[in-house]
Amino acid sequence: MAGAATREAFGEAIVELADQFPHMVVMDADLSKSTMTQAFAKKFSARHLELGIAEQNMVGVGAGLALCGKIPVMTSFACFLTGRLEPIRIAVGYNRTNVKLVGTHAGLGIGEDGASQMGLEDVAAMRALPGMVILQPADAAETRQAVRWMLEHEGPVYLRLTRQKLDDCHGPDYQFRMGRADEVFKPKDASARLQATIFASGGMVPEAIRAARELESRGFKARVMNAGTLHPFDGEAVVRAAKTSQRLVTVEDHNVVGGLGSAVSECAAKDALGIPVVTLGVRAFGESGLPAELYEKFGISSAHIVDACLRNLDLP
Amino acid sequence: MSPERTAAAPAAEKPQEREDLKTLAREMRRDILTMIYEAGSGHPGGSLSIIDILTVLYWRVMRHDPERPDWPDRDRLVLSKGHACPALYAVLSRAGYFPREQLWTLRKLGSPVQGHPDRLRLPGIEASTGSLGQGLSIAMGMALAGMMDRKSYRVFAILGDGELQEGQCWEAFMSAPKFGLDRLVAIVDSNGGQIDGHVRDVMNVEPLPEKFRSFGWDTVEIDGHDFAAVERAIDSAVKSAAGRPHMIVARTVKGKGVSFMEDDPAWHGKAPKKDELEKALKELS
Ligand SMILES: Cc1ncc(C[n+]2csc(CCOP(=O)(O)OP(=O)(O)O)c2C)c(N)n1
Ligand SMILES: [Mg+2]
Repeated sequence: MAGAATREAFGEAIVELADQFPHMVVMDADLSKSTMTQAFAKKFSARHLELGIAEQNMVGVGAGLALCGKIPVMTSFACFLTGRLEPIRIAVGYNRTNVKLVGTHAGLGIGEDGASQMGLEDVAAMRALPGMVILQPADAAETRQAVRWMLEHEGPVYLRLTRQKLDDCHGPDYQFRMGRADEVFKPKDASARLQATIFASGGMVPEAIRAARELESRGFKARVMNAGTLHPFDGEAVVRAAKTSQRLVTVEDHNVVGGLGSAVSECAAKDALGIPVVTLGVRAFGESGLPAELYEKFGISSAHIVDACLRNLDLP
Repeated sequence: MSPERTAAAPAAEKPQEREDLKTLAREMRRDILTMIYEAGSGHPGGSLSIIDILTVLYWRVMRHDPERPDWPDRDRLVLSKGHACPALYAVLSRAGYFPREQLWTLRKLGSPVQGHPDRLRLPGIEASTGSLGQGLSIAMGMALAGMMDRKSYRVFAILGDGELQEGQCWEAFMSAPKFGLDRLVAIVDSNGGQIDGHVRDVMNVEPLPEKFRSFGWDTVEIDGHDFAAVERAIDSAVKSAAGRPHMIVARTVKGKGVSFMEDDPAWHGKAPKKDELEKALKELS
């Protein structure tokens, strides 16, 4: 347990990895207190650039740094950073520059600030860029390893992080593997056919685990898969889940279009798995409130996940 | 519950004198701090720096009617630095757009008083903002539509000085003079602060008046807490029809009116604790 926000684990990881990756340069757009880069900025001031409230310029400058051998790690809220889609498309995607985009405070999880600060379409936008890897870790251990992988990888990466604290969901032997979904909740007797396999990612993993426990207490079996890599997606995990479950359920703190639900549905359709996929996600721009209230209101809380696993699907 | 919360909601305030205006602004400073305290989060610094300007706009300059927020000929105000909405909410409620009790629901689930202004939820909000850099372009579109329709309404936009770092602002600065938008008035709240520190350290934007003049704006520089100066500047801007947009560089103090908040970047975006609120309200009594 003892949870940390993934943005906090990120802030610690870049400090820990600074000596191993001497070409890393951290960039900010007037949100360093929130994106947790201040410790790095203090310790490695020569490798930190404050660009001001100018995300578009930051994207371009980062691409230039990358073209001359640096590893730029640029941070802002997910919405403001990926809001500069076209510069990212050209300077990062099309130029295939070694740029690391780090979007924090993703989704409804930012809470009271409300709609204008909520990154709810960022995964959809980044997923459409060829070559972009999208990582969304679910706890501190996964974040640390994902950051290391991101720095070792040659090419653009989008790392999506939470404002809110998340309980640890991985065991001590956890090994991050890019492109692989991993099981974070296994029903006690997994030999029988499962009611559902739930795919979750980032801030939704605790909700999904809570839902699976609730289902278990009511006599239903469900497994939770943590999709720490949203792109490229682990199609084999979808195939395996389809073989053992009656339905797939996806839940994401993101618009229901273009993110995790779409990725799982696309895999299921591509392999003609013929399994129902129930996709839970946000269908609005969001609003102010506490994260738990918003998850409830916008249909992605553990109660909604339980319902998605059990409700009659009126299949033909 | 704070003492402010239980106070009865006054009807639309009608200050006659400049002294009244000052008193009204001071009361609205109390509203700002109280609503942010009740919400547990929010942006006091940049709200306190614009409240005097908003007071002059809504009670001395703007043609608006709280009874008819969609009146086609009304003057429009776009709060481009949307995080300072507690100031605008205080003003709109005192002006009669919505009951003052709603202020205490700031940032709560289902409230029309959102963490950043939402035009679809609250009457009197002309544009939903909160992502910096976009408001002046929207205001410019409103002014262009007014010009095409031969309307005489004026459009005001309030920008932060940190916000000016966004490139889109400069695209708007470049383009408004081309269209001769003399019914467009931009006001920069030059309070010297942003989140990561002082604007001069994070990313200097000065010298502002020279930059705006060279871009073709009719520009004045004033003390944004001097009611007479604010009124004079806005008045002369709206009266001039010289075919140029108007820029008012208002030098202000972030956190103005509360000694321990003034010019301290720490008070950009955090709520006061109970004792801090009480101390602040005492200073503003
Ligand atoms: C595009 C965008 N990037 C970042 C932010 C986060 N943010 C909110 S307020 C703020 C600082 C604004 O400074 P300034 O414009 O000077 O406002 P003020 O001092 O009046 O509060 C920042 C960076 C944002 N709202 N929008
Ligand atoms: Mg400022």
